[in-house]
Amino acid sequence: MGALAELAGDEKNGEGSRTFVFLNEGHTLGNALKTIIARYPEVDFCGYTIPHPTEQKLHFRIQSRRDRAVDLLKRGLEDLEALCDHTMEVFGKEMNNFNAANSRSVQENT
Amino acid sequence: MSSTKRKEPLLYMEEHRVKEDPQDYGLADDVFNMEVFKKKLQVAIIRNDEDGLEFDMIGVYPAIANAFRRLMLSEVPSMAIEKVYIYNNTSIIQDEVLAHRMGLLPLKADPRLFAYRTEESSEAGTEQDTLEYELKVKCTRRKDASKDQSNFDDIYKNHKVYSGHLKWLPKGKQAQIYSESMVNCIHEDILIAQLRPGHELDLRLVAVKGLGKDHAKFSPVATAYYRLLPQIKLNREVTGKDAYLLQSCFSPGVIGIDENECAYVKDARYDSCSRNVYRYPQLEDSVTLGRVRDHYIFTVESVGSLKPDVIFLEAVKVLKKKCRAFIDEIEAE
Repeated sequence: MGALAELAGDEKNGEGSRTFVFLNEGHTLGNALKTIIARYPEVDFCGYTIPHPTEQKLHFRIQSRRDRAVDLLKRGLEDLEALCDHTMEVFGKEMNNFNAANSRSVQENT
Repeated sequence: MSSTKRKEPLLYMEEHRVKEDPQDYGLADDVFNMEVFKKKLQVAIIRNDEDGLEFDMIGVYPAIANAFRRLMLSEVPSMAIEKVYIYNNTSIIQDEVLAHRMGLLPLKADPRLFAYRTEESSEAGTEQDTLEYELKVKCTRRKDASKDQSNFDDIYKNHKVYSGHLKWLPKGKQAQIYSESMVNCIHEDILIAQLRPGHELDLRLVAVKGLGKDHAKFSPVATAYYRLLPQIKLNREVTGKDAYLLQSCFSPGVIGIDENECAYVKDARYDSCSRNVYRYPQLEDSVTLGRVRDHYIFTVESVGSLKPDVIFLEAVKVLKKKCRAFIDEIEAE
């Protein structure tokens, strides 16, 4: 059972315009992904909505005249994934530095 | 903190509005590029003690910072009591209220060592996804108590039920893997109920792994929030009585006063940004209040089972996993 679907109604508009439906997702993923995809120069429009607060569904709209919407969505997800990797790496490195500096100062005090 | 001084994008806090910097185009025509993001992102750990973790995240979009905050609150798993079997409850606290109180007890068990219960799971659960406890307390009168004593501690035995009374019942091989100190309540002195002689509690409790979006008891953090770094600039000299008035307009430690009774900005970081200065006409023009638009100060206070830095990393991992799952689904089509 897939968690990603497409909304009907865009068949005549080519591959550039699509509304994707994410199951069991909300503002956390929707807004983060929107800020990234909306900032691609190829994208004319990108937005998301949660049509009903009690339905765990996220409607995610992408419009582009140059690229396929699916490819843009995939690129956005890949960028967000890379962003997470980089954040974890930077945070982990800073945390290690902080812990190392702390244990050194504790040793100096004793 | 940062070796290279960057131009900090500011938002100005005026008396009745928040004004954007006229030179700052904000995020309006920013193009997303991974390499630029990598260059801009900075993290600095400020404090990590029993009060929680404080760190700065500089150069991120608001939506990204907010996603991390939301993930820490509601999508990082933890263990909590989900089912309470009440065999006997003759105390004055009602069954459902008691059950709710038990659910909110923070457990020390590391959620990463457990699996979620699935729909196919049996009621009893397995050693991989369930922790069981029992609470058996009976209140009695102390026989040695004399009639003129008025302290309940001297007259009654077990008249206060604490979270320390909880007894872990290992399932299967759990006794070999975990010790009592790894799975019991984080605090032993949480008052659950008060009893009187003849009152009795006999409960069996079942703890499972869950998410904060299902119920707040599963949230691994007490609070997780961010705020923007405040910036205060003095436009002119403020001396004498006005200097002390200015000092009183800000949080303690923000404004200092030197030996010439002249005010200066000591440390704007911990200002509450109350804008109290604008109440005084003689001070109104003396300061410019601002906040750095992309400098997020995160504060994460853990409930106790996971360390705050681990909670943050788990939150980022959750977002990564979400992305991966959808990429895989697109590729499979």
